[in-house]
Amino acid sequence: MEKPVKLACRSVWKLYGPDVKNVMTQKSHSERHLELSGEQIRAAGLIGAVRAANVEIREGGIFVIMGLSGSGKSTLVRCLSRLIEPTAGEVLFEGRDLLSMPERELIEVRRRKMGMVFQQFALLPHLTVLQNVAFPLEVQGAGRAEREARAREVIELVGLKGRESYFPRELSGGQQQRVGIARSLAVEPDLWFLDEPFSALDPLIRREMQDEFLRLQSMLHKTIVFITHDFDEAIRLADRIAIMQDGEIIQTATPEELVLNPATDYVAEFTRHIPRAKILTARSVMTPSVMAGGPAPNVCAGEVEASDRIEAIAEKIEAANAPFRVMEAGEAIGSIDRQAVIDVLVGRDPVGREVSG
Amino acid sequence: MSQVGAGEHSPEVRSAGISLTGAPLWLGLFAMTWIFSSYGRDFSKALDARWIMKYPAGWRLPFKRDISDAMKWLVEDASFGLFTFKEFTRGIAWLIELPYDFVRAAVIDGFVVGVGSEASQIAPSLSWIAIIAVVVAIGRVAKDWRLAALVGGCFLYLAVFGQWDSAMVTLASVLISVPIGVAGGLLLGIGAYRWPLFDRILRPILDLMQTVPVFAYLVPILFLFGFGPVSALVATIIYAMPPMVRVTTLALQGVPTEIREFGAMVGCTRRQMMWKVLVPAAAPSLMVGVNQVIMLSLNMVIIASMIGAGGLGFEVLSSLRRLDIGAGLEAGIAIVVMAIALDRLSQAFAVRPTPTHDEIESLQKAGLVKRHPWSSTVLAVALVTGLVGLMLPAAQSYPASLTLTTGPFWADLVEFINVNFFDQFEAAKTFMLTYLLLPVKRFLLGIPWPWGVAIITLAGWRFGGWRLALLAGGLTLFIAANGLWGKAMTTVYLCGVSVLLASLIGIPLGVLSAENERANRIVSAVIDTLQTLPSFVYLIPVVMLFRVGDFSAMIAVVLYALAPAVRYAAHGIRGIEPQLIEAGIVSGCTRWQLLRKIKLPLALPEILLGLNQTIMLALSMLVITALVGTRDLGQEVYIALTKADSGRGIIAGLSVAAIAIILDRILAASARNARARLGLET
Repeated sequence: MEKPVKLACRSVWKLYGPDVKNVMTQKSHSERHLELSGEQIRAAGLIGAVRAANVEIREGGIFVIMGLSGSGKSTLVRCLSRLIEPTAGEVLFEGRDLLSMPERELIEVRRRKMGMVFQQFALLPHLTVLQNVAFPLEVQGAGRAEREARAREVIELVGLKGRESYFPRELSGGQQQRVGIARSLAVEPDLWFLDEPFSALDPLIRREMQDEFLRLQSMLHKTIVFITHDFDEAIRLADRIAIMQDGEIIQTATPEELVLNPATDYVAEFTRHIPRAKILTARSVMTPSVMAGGPAPNVCAGEVEASDRIEAIAEKIEAANAPFRVMEAGEAIGSIDRQAVIDVLVGRDPVGREVSG
Repeated sequence: MSQVGAGEHSPEVRSAGISLTGAPLWLGLFAMTWIFSSYGRDFSKALDARWIMKYPAGWRLPFKRDISDAMKWLVEDASFGLFTFKEFTRGIAWLIELPYDFVRAAVIDGFVVGVGSEASQIAPSLSWIAIIAVVVAIGRVAKDWRLAALVGGCFLYLAVFGQWDSAMVTLASVLISVPIGVAGGLLLGIGAYRWPLFDRILRPILDLMQTVPVFAYLVPILFLFGFGPVSALVATIIYAMPPMVRVTTLALQGVPTEIREFGAMVGCTRRQMMWKVLVPAAAPSLMVGVNQVIMLSLNMVIIASMIGAGGLGFEVLSSLRRLDIGAGLEAGIAIVVMAIALDRLSQAFAVRPTPTHDEIESLQKAGLVKRHPWSSTVLAVALVTGLVGLMLPAAQSYPASLTLTTGPFWADLVEFINVNFFDQFEAAKTFMLTYLLLPVKRFLLGIPWPWGVAIITLAGWRFGGWRLALLAGGLTLFIAANGLWGKAMTTVYLCGVSVLLASLIGIPLGVLSAENERANRIVSAVIDTLQTLPSFVYLIPVVMLFRVGDFSAMIAVVLYALAPAVRYAAHGIRGIEPQLIEAGIVSGCTRWQLLRKIKLPLALPEILLGLNQTIMLALSMLVITALVGTRDLGQEVYIALTKADSGRGIIAGLSVAAIAIILDRILAASARNARARLGLET
């Protein structure tokens, strides 16, 4: 049973250049639809920062948009939040068209339902940690006592208790981004945008912040749009990943599907160096059973869940002499043995062919 | 310089199919100009065509008269229905006068009820001790005790050397015009940031305001508001506001995109975005603008003493008129002292680090007095000296018997120099006049105006295409059509000679300070101080040593316009990619080769920009040197000022602006060409 769609965009375009308006008028505006090839865009002297992007983000999941610099991922997320006006297309937030929303309503939606974390933190330098975190509530007109109480709560949540009266410049990068996270959570948004939140941090801190982020999400269950240029980070955090190249989304899938069925060589290039054990689940490695009921319990060493990652179960399967039963919803759907696990660990793909590279 | 942009590389030239390009073209044109200049007069006589040398009176445009008539109509007849224009200006005058009188009362006059002989003082002004306490406290709060001691010392100097009263009048004007200038500049800058259309309208007006010489808008202001402090304040505010507008727009545009996006994402309304997000985030850059407003205000308050601002500027002016050298120098030094104090204070505020969290926390725990230690101290000092002052006048105003005067000393010194070094000074002056100033003057003034217009149009076309050609030609024609050709050429001659000298001195100094750290420290210190000084001050020593005339004017202009030549040259050399220099060293360049073959060519665009700035400063100073008797457009403006002839003043002012704009555009275009040639810009 899939969760309802929180945010969706349909054929969103963002073109930059001198004659954008002309290109627009060639198509009737009501269509909100453009069909242009890369050559046509170049011929018109335009730059297609986002081209025909379709995205569906479901409630409660972490949706990662991944791409290298210049791939249009930051532009896309700004189209989704309407920080940038798309050239064409449709953005639906909870079923309402975000792009035709009048300014008042948009302000209201942003105040109550959206939060955003920025790459360079975007903290106001003249305000203390407490005032920064309370700022979104101040903008809404909340009373001082109320907003400071709420701000203290979220500051504690991100582990900065005791630093309320510090100024941003007195904090380390990691701490500053914690403030940024606390601030975006202060209004309890439904939809949480994170634009490369950890890219400006050094690698050790980045990892710590990723853990922290997963911890928060396990408590809060927000709908998240997470932008990154780091494929490892994407794999680590995502429920679904959209990979962008030259303004186009070239594949949207779960991390596992990306690794197993990369849509293009470009995607395959990213997935090549990712340790498979971290991504593949028992389901994708097992030998599916032909008969209902699967292998008999007495010939197996134990049971694993179909959604378990190989990384987590490798040790016990490798140590046992017999295969394990793979269970889904209480039913055995296949078996997994030592050889299958070893294949994954040494980088052979599940069918047994040597993975190139 | 003529090579810049004159190369065979520029596409529009090739397409135009001119065979004579680059240096030969310019040499040929120069030779022709020389011939015209030398024989133009004979030529026009021979042909009996006086119009060649002198723009015929019958062709003149009646702008002067029209503007004067329009001003007259504004003041006498214009009405907005409910109220007349005159009432409108009176209203503005009243609005400005109210706070001005209050501040004057607070710092110097004391609070008075009643008029004339009926007047009775109800409260004294702040005592001199209290005012010094205030500036010391501000210095301490802004930075440290050293700054406090410096500004305290400066103000003590004013008291001890008997300049207190005029200094306080000047200070009162600055105190009124700075907040108005800052607030007005901030609002206009915000407007320009918010509405692109408003920005497009405002930008050329600001450009014009910064190129039109200050005297030129003193004239209409004088006409509208009459002689007195209000006119001076209005002029000061108009003069000091443009940089604040620019700084505000730039500072707002400089706020990181993410901060702006953050504001949008938390649902700020436009107003919240501006006042809660953008303006606070831009505050440090805005302080730079405040510093500029303060310094420009001081500069203008001094100049505006000519239209009734009073204060230190008036002291200088009247002593120069009396040829009282000692008194003039003394007041001049007082201006310098005050400029340094105000500059250091406002700069310290601009870079002041905001307190850390524990400093704020410990303050919050303290009591009211402890929380505001400096305000409390100052308040106490003011009260005590005020009360003591009722019985002991010395506490209220600095006792006259204790004032020192250095006047006679300076007078003797200048006399000593003039007596003993007269021959040397005179020789230098005569040499410069004979071999530089007069030949250039003769050459430029000899050029027949039609040829001048043609040459300038051609230069505009050559450097910046037909658009620039049209602009340059049109502006030159404007000058000629108003019968100001001769005076404009005198301005060009004085400006040109001064800029030449300033560049000859400034560019090597800039190169030197880029190469040598010690030289840099000394040169920077000197240049910084020179830049702080109000332009008026430069006239004083020059007139004392060289008396009035073109030579004195030139020296004052060179001193005033030196700074950008030095700064841009140094900046250009420092900005060179270190790898390029290393490449030169590896190829075995000597230091001289390195400088000549690598550094100077690469720094050329920056040097050209510096030249541009030098010219702008030179022009603005040139107008002020009208006071020491030049015969150029500045003098024209000055005469208009004394006769309160709005049309004449505005047209002459616009002509100076026209010269500035032509030179600015041509130089900017050639700097662009140079950058493009070096591949620094696409």
